[in-house]
Amino acid sequence: MRFVLRRLGFFVLTLWAALTLNFALPRLMPGSPALAIIANHRGALSPSALKVVEAQFGIGHQNIVLQYFSYLGNVARLRFGESLTTQPGVSVGHIVLDAIPWTLGLVGLTTVLAFILGTLIGIVGAWRRGGWLDSIMPPIFVIMTVIPYFWIGLILILVFGVKLHWLPYFFTYDITLTPGFNLAFIGNVLEHAILPAFTLLITTIGTWILTMRNTMITTLAEDYVRMARAKGLPGRRIMLDYAARNAILPNLTGFAMSLGFVVGGAILIELVFNYEGVGWLLLQAVNNDDYPLEQALFLLITAAVLVAILLSDVVTAILDPRTRGAR
Amino acid sequence: MATLAPGGPGSPSEPGQGTPTAMPGGGVWPTGGLPEGGFSGVRSLRRMRRAITSNGKATVGTGLLALFCLVAIFPGVIAHDNPSAEIYGRALGPSGQHLLGTTAFGQDIFAQVIYGTRPVILIAFGVGLSATVIAMLIGVAAAYLGGAWDGVLSLITDVLLVIPAFPLLIVIASYLHGASTAVLIAVVTAVSWSYTARQLRAQALSLRNRDFLEAARVRGERSLYIILVEIIPTMTSLLMASFLTNALYAVLFSSGLQFIGLGNPNTVSWGTMLYWAENNEAFQTGQALWIIVPGLCIVALGAGFALLNYAFDEIGNPALRPVKSMRRKRVLPR
Repeated sequence: MRFVLRRLGFFVLTLWAALTLNFALPRLMPGSPALAIIANHRGALSPSALKVVEAQFGIGHQNIVLQYFSYLGNVARLRFGESLTTQPGVSVGHIVLDAIPWTLGLVGLTTVLAFILGTLIGIVGAWRRGGWLDSIMPPIFVIMTVIPYFWIGLILILVFGVKLHWLPYFFTYDITLTPGFNLAFIGNVLEHAILPAFTLLITTIGTWILTMRNTMITTLAEDYVRMARAKGLPGRRIMLDYAARNAILPNLTGFAMSLGFVVGGAILIELVFNYEGVGWLLLQAVNNDDYPLEQALFLLITAAVLVAILLSDVVTAILDPRTRGAR
Repeated sequence: MATLAPGGPGSPSEPGQGTPTAMPGGGVWPTGGLPEGGFSGVRSLRRMRRAITSNGKATVGTGLLALFCLVAIFPGVIAHDNPSAEIYGRALGPSGQHLLGTTAFGQDIFAQVIYGTRPVILIAFGVGLSATVIAMLIGVAAAYLGGAWDGVLSLITDVLLVIPAFPLLIVIASYLHGASTAVLIAVVTAVSWSYTARQLRAQALSLRNRDFLEAARVRGERSLYIILVEIIPTMTSLLMASFLTNALYAVLFSSGLQFIGLGNPNTVSWGTMLYWAENNEAFQTGQALWIIVPGLCIVALGAGFALLNYAFDEIGNPALRPVKSMRRKRVLPR
């Protein structure tokens, strides 16, 4: 319990640090570029949103301490102001909520899939040490993890989109269709998700495979595994119940953590495929100098990661009693 | 990484990607094994040289890095065209004159790839070195000073560690409007030193009560001497791993930022090439090489750093080495 409380304290502190960073960054930058752009768009904002944005970026005549507290107050009430340029006058919260389901669907499902597949491949690879899977996997995935995600996306677009015309590679669905709950639309959405999902899958799966394989190799050398072998237990049982079960902890905590990265985890892939999720929206905001939208998205992405880290700490504490006393 | 990402999905990542990437605390990137006891830095450097020649991954990695460094130092020897001059026919295919064709603006793509190596190498080595040095100072100081200093420094490290790096980079860069190579080095360093600092602190903590440090203290050496001469040389392999990992992430992060358009678009570098190529729909106009080649260069350079890192890890942790002997295989029942 004390362990969880301490992690909770760290969570609050980190969230506060992220908020303060968000507040300080526009003020620290040389020439305060944010001020000029916001000043140009003041007319587009409603009076209440203007107040929020002024406190956030330091435009009004209040001193900085007052600005800071009114900024914190606004964030606590989830008031992020209105978009300046992307969708002028629309509340930031509204725009963000529209983008979240797309990212959760694409990145979330792919993350789960990559975790399951990667863990299984890692288990089998470590069990059949020296087999073909074990000898080709590590080098391939060392290389895979150094390829920029967006570039893999671009190459897949070239091969399957531009050259072969097999799959669509632009936008979340065919713009000629009206969104609705019918088979044609859902099929279209799935079709548009295949290439970005595949890109994400092949770039993230390597981590799961390598972590699982390396931990499992260590557990396979343990005495209790030798004991199980001496007892003559079936191989599959030793592999799954003895070795894999004890080796899966790093992968499980990594999985809990990667759930947090789902929200902001595929920024460049969403850009390459023009997939209208959170990451794509962040880049739109960046390109349009839409600072209120940008800051809200950064906070959302950070908060998601922090919650996931808290979750993974709790998971570790539950599954591995040894960690509870540790710092 | 996570790597990268890994962690996030990486791990890098984004990394990267996001994620990637891997990313904080994901344990994506292998780290050097702990050195046994207090042997001197010179000896581990010699061990490193032997390792490079005896391990295939290390040889390939070193070769790739050496190649790119040479290209970065002497680009004019290989490419004879001015990489930014828009003086050739637009969107030409590959030919004897233009090995990789020309861009939609009439620049020679081969010259751009060659000249684009230098900023990437500068960023990789700049971030690798500065992130390692900062991490070393903060990590060792936290462990050595202990008490309130340790509390504050560790807290700063931990907070920075969990804030997602790539989104933070995007936000910082968006206020800067066109980050130059030097600014990119500073910004990427600022967000990436924390993971190493944590590792180095743990390593330094484990040394704190060793006899050879006690002996130095009894001799009456000053703290600075103890830190520089006694503690830091025992961390050579960790520092090496940190340099390689940070350099790799710097390549991926900075290319990603430039690809988005957050670098200085007039710098000739692989990331900005990809930015211009994507904005001019290079695939649709038959300019595929404009995208393929800079990407392959990023992959090759990244592979150089990753292979070296992986090789050092295998050297430090023999259990991860590929199994060769058949006899060992027979011992393991299926």
